[in-house]
Amino acid sequence: MRILLDNFSKSFGATKVIENMTLEVGHGEMLALLGPSGCGKSTTLFAICGIHRPTGGRILFGDRDVTDLPSQARNIGVVFQSYALYPHMTVAENIGFPLKVKGMAGEDIRKEVDRISGLVHIGNLLGRRPAELSGGQQQRVALARALVRKPDVLLLDEPLANLDAKLRLEMRSEIRRIQRETGITAILVTHDQVEAMSMCDRIAIMKEGEIVQIATPAEMYTDPRTAFVAGFLGNPPITFLRGVMADGVFAIPDSEIRVPLPASVAATEGTKLMLGVRPEHFTPTGDVAVPGKVSFAETQGRENLYDVQLDGGPLLRSIQPVRHDVNIGDAVTWAIDSRNVLVFDGDGGRL
Amino acid sequence: MAEKSQPSANYSTWPVILALSIVSAPLVLMYAYLFIDTITDTAVGSLIPGSFTLRHWRFLWETPAGKPNIWLVTLNTLIFATSVTTVIVLVSSMAGYVLSRLNVPGRGFFLAGVMVLHAFPSVTLIIAIFIVLQMIGLYNSLIGVILVKAAIDLPLGIWLMKGFYDTVPWEIEMAGVVDGASRFRVWRSLVLPQVRPGIMAVGLFSFLTAWSEFILPQVLAPGSKVQVLSVYLSALIADDNNFDFGTFKAVGVFYIIPVLIVYALFHKYLMNIYGGGSKG
Repeated sequence: MRILLDNFSKSFGATKVIENMTLEVGHGEMLALLGPSGCGKSTTLFAICGIHRPTGGRILFGDRDVTDLPSQARNIGVVFQSYALYPHMTVAENIGFPLKVKGMAGEDIRKEVDRISGLVHIGNLLGRRPAELSGGQQQRVALARALVRKPDVLLLDEPLANLDAKLRLEMRSEIRRIQRETGITAILVTHDQVEAMSMCDRIAIMKEGEIVQIATPAEMYTDPRTAFVAGFLGNPPITFLRGVMADGVFAIPDSEIRVPLPASVAATEGTKLMLGVRPEHFTPTGDVAVPGKVSFAETQGRENLYDVQLDGGPLLRSIQPVRHDVNIGDAVTWAIDSRNVLVFDGDGGRL
Repeated sequence: MAEKSQPSANYSTWPVILALSIVSAPLVLMYAYLFIDTITDTAVGSLIPGSFTLRHWRFLWETPAGKPNIWLVTLNTLIFATSVTTVIVLVSSMAGYVLSRLNVPGRGFFLAGVMVLHAFPSVTLIIAIFIVLQMIGLYNSLIGVILVKAAIDLPLGIWLMKGFYDTVPWEIEMAGVVDGASRFRVWRSLVLPQVRPGIMAVGLFSFLTAWSEFILPQVLAPGSKVQVLSVYLSALIADDNNFDFGTFKAVGVFYIIPVLIVYALFHKYLMNIYGGGSKG
């Protein structure tokens, strides 16, 4: 089902968290609300599920205006960060609770619980209590409970934050698989760009209560609208060089570094610029050589990560296939791939 | 609480045990003699029991002239204690939830008021309560004194229950509401089970204080039909004509037996009051 936030605003007392936000999530789409903590993404989620009443604007599920409907009347499923399983009930009772509240007959509830627990692969755990489950199993139960009454919308509030790294990887693909199989419209709230990029069709990146950009993960990575977006996406993160426009190229004052800019960039002489260089675009094979000194090196198994201190102070990050010939303190001359640099103005807007 | 710790190898424990034994000996001895004196006849001034006798326990099967029947009094005490417990558990489990969770007007005022009432010495109200009960016709009735005792103990119960509710994660309630349950249903089937230890603790605490309550029944319900054990006991010792210390002690032992049983069975729930509630 399509979800539309139309000029949605929310404030707590005098604190305005979100002002006039408009967001549309298509039918069957999985959208990530991505942003640093305090950017209003959870507030948005709680408004969609009816726990917070919006202070302005409308919320539509399909064509139905649910702005003033209480949570109980909205038909949504929510997976909370802490899973919020009911500790005194067994797994089967937990999953069946939404149906029991509806007044469904015991026999039908059992059938539905069996169906959904098969979908999330917990059919053998139905008699256990939440305290007897591992984090990943609790996560699956929470997912089953959210899905059991066939909600119009599935909301996930940082569902992977409490899992260890291996389980996180596993549940990432599991949640995506279940979302695809059920064809449900889903919104994922997260501060982890890897989760957002790997699980969702589109990402809405938020900052201070505003959506900065909505795009598919690939678009957002290659074509970020602001320096904030560019800095948020990508791991290891992008590095920025600060400089000015001089003689048609990017120049760092008091240094030799000159980087030609893509033809699409039109900036007047002397404009302050920020040059975003992703670690994979600063390697021995680029076209603009810059000398520097390795200030930090980290091996990640398949790749090595280096921080390079350039002459004059600025820092660039480089990621390269594993090599053993470069150590901390070594002088290197690697090169920026100038066709793939991202150019921003002094305020962080993309040029 | 029930953890057994290994005695430390670094120092011997017997001096500690010895010192503690000496300090607590008077108490233990007092309780021992409280019991021994009820089943023996002892010469005045002697510590060695003389002969075995059950005559001090006669009150169990004979009702002396001018005294109420002991079983009626016990029944009254039981009704009194359980009714007070029921009222306190019912009201404080609901009021505690409201004060912990709902955005009611005057919430801060209520919380402060409850605290003040808890600290307030209730004895100072007793004359006013006496007059009120007499005016509405509840003087010398169990209902009257039950209501008064429950009202006086409620602030503590409400405050404790609020503390227990505060430890229940909000997400459980959000999940319940999102799952389609009404707020009452959420309270009844999702939140209440989480605070069961609190309810046990508050119930037990109320039962024990109601069982040992003396001043309120003495003043507000002294009649022989509604007497409770504490009042009965005090009447025994106040009776100068038939002074019988052995019987007095026997009634005392009879009076504390239920308390000991209840405490032995449920003491771990009482510890919860200080332990701070359940983990979700």
